[in-house]
Amino acid sequence: MASKYSNMTIRAYRRDNGRVGVRNHVVILPVDDISNAACEAVANNIKGTLALPHAYGRLQFGEDLDLHFRTMIGTGANPNVAAVVVIGIEPGWTKRIVDGIAATGKPVAGFSIEQNGDLKTIMDASRTAKEFVHYATELQREECSISDLWVSTKCGESDTTTGLGSCPTVGNMYDKLLPEGIYGCFGETSEITGAEHIAKARAINPEVGERWYAMWKAYQTSVIEQFKTNDLSESQPTRGNIEGGLTTIEEKALGNLEKIGRTSKYIDILEPAEAPRSGKGLYFMDSSSAAAECVTLMAAGGFVIHTFPTGQGNVVGNPIVPVIKITANPRTVRTMGEHVDVDVSGILRREMTIDEAGDALIDMIVRTANGRNTAAEALGHREFVMTKLYRSA
Amino acid sequence: MSIPHLLVHDHNDNVGVVVVEGLKAGTSMMAVVTADNSTFEIEAKADIPIGHKVALKDLEAGDTAMKYGEDIGRFVAKVGRGEHVHVHNLKTKRW
Repeated sequence: MASKYSNMTIRAYRRDNGRVGVRNHVVILPVDDISNAACEAVANNIKGTLALPHAYGRLQFGEDLDLHFRTMIGTGANPNVAAVVVIGIEPGWTKRIVDGIAATGKPVAGFSIEQNGDLKTIMDASRTAKEFVHYATELQREECSISDLWVSTKCGESDTTTGLGSCPTVGNMYDKLLPEGIYGCFGETSEITGAEHIAKARAINPEVGERWYAMWKAYQTSVIEQFKTNDLSESQPTRGNIEGGLTTIEEKALGNLEKIGRTSKYIDILEPAEAPRSGKGLYFMDSSSAAAECVTLMAAGGFVIHTFPTGQGNVVGNPIVPVIKITANPRTVRTMGEHVDVDVSGILRREMTIDEAGDALIDMIVRTANGRNTAAEALGHREFVMTKLYRSA
Repeated sequence: MSIPHLLVHDHNDNVGVVVVEGLKAGTSMMAVVTADNSTFEIEAKADIPIGHKVALKDLEAGDTAMKYGEDIGRFVAKVGRGEHVHVHNLKTKRW
């Protein structure tokens, strides 16, 4: 059924694989930590490119290595990226990432350092990066439907105002836009603790709910129970959460889950950095609740805009995905307003309804999709943080 | 409606959230239950920061704290109506 959101359009980049991107980055992607320097040199040589240095990629194995490749390939494949130069220490794993990204049809080229050295690698990669910049800068935004958007969410430095205002704002947006055909994604596995009975019941059917519960329980058993030394107070909830008035994980979880609104149901569960394969709708991604790790994983899953409710003022951004900050806390608006894209503090004063706040967020999503830089982009927040499952060999 | 001092999610809740800065002990707080926008008054017994919780009734150690109409943990100390609820008197039942 048509709604007032059905005819909304955005001006964005339609990629060869049919996906729609809202940014047009030329990325210089290191396969491993020791290729960061060459990538940063290329990005310095060629204006309009973006290096994504990170800490890992050596001697990883098994599930942890799979996650590394999934994150690398997913980041390069994200529709917000126009073209990619990949640089690794050796050609084998470099090619594996190049081939994964190439499946999207976008320009991608790999370079390896052994038997070339940094300097020749940087020169060769810079020449290719320059060609990719010429290619990307000639691409034009075109009119696309709002339903082409993939919008993820994760909250950070939450407090009691996130459960009252900014998380229900995101939930209201999902209740309005998921029926229009967008893809949505929430996660933060540990942070559902205390609300797992509610999350399980919000699955599209009992089979998906049982799989969700098994995933949630696995983290409790294999990580929290194995490594905890106390009740996790100051870690989950964080010291900032506690400063903001949140006392227990149960309280934090119930506020967190407000992000999926009143009517939305998730249709499938994603591994960290996994792209959806069950069609349009809402997904849960098994992920850390640490902001930069979680946003990086969702970006690698293919989501092109991230909505980020905050209470005390988490300042996180992402290099390839615009992160829209929403807060209902008037003290945060007053003391760190430069980080806030959508001020919904009127909800606490009963001057703004959740419905109005949801519409304000949808308006900001459209403006961001059309090219408005978010606060995090303008302030240079480019946190790109790989999730590591266990120690390398 | 005047601007509320305190918001309560659900009628079954026994804690509410201060939503104004600089709340002083002795303030007669205007509280709103967001579920239906009904209002009531309650006196603050302490200076309580924005975002922090207030007990809506007298509570004993061992009682369950209710917010969103759900269990959010266990009181570990006696708390009077209008007093500050936080890590000094409320703990998780998990972990």
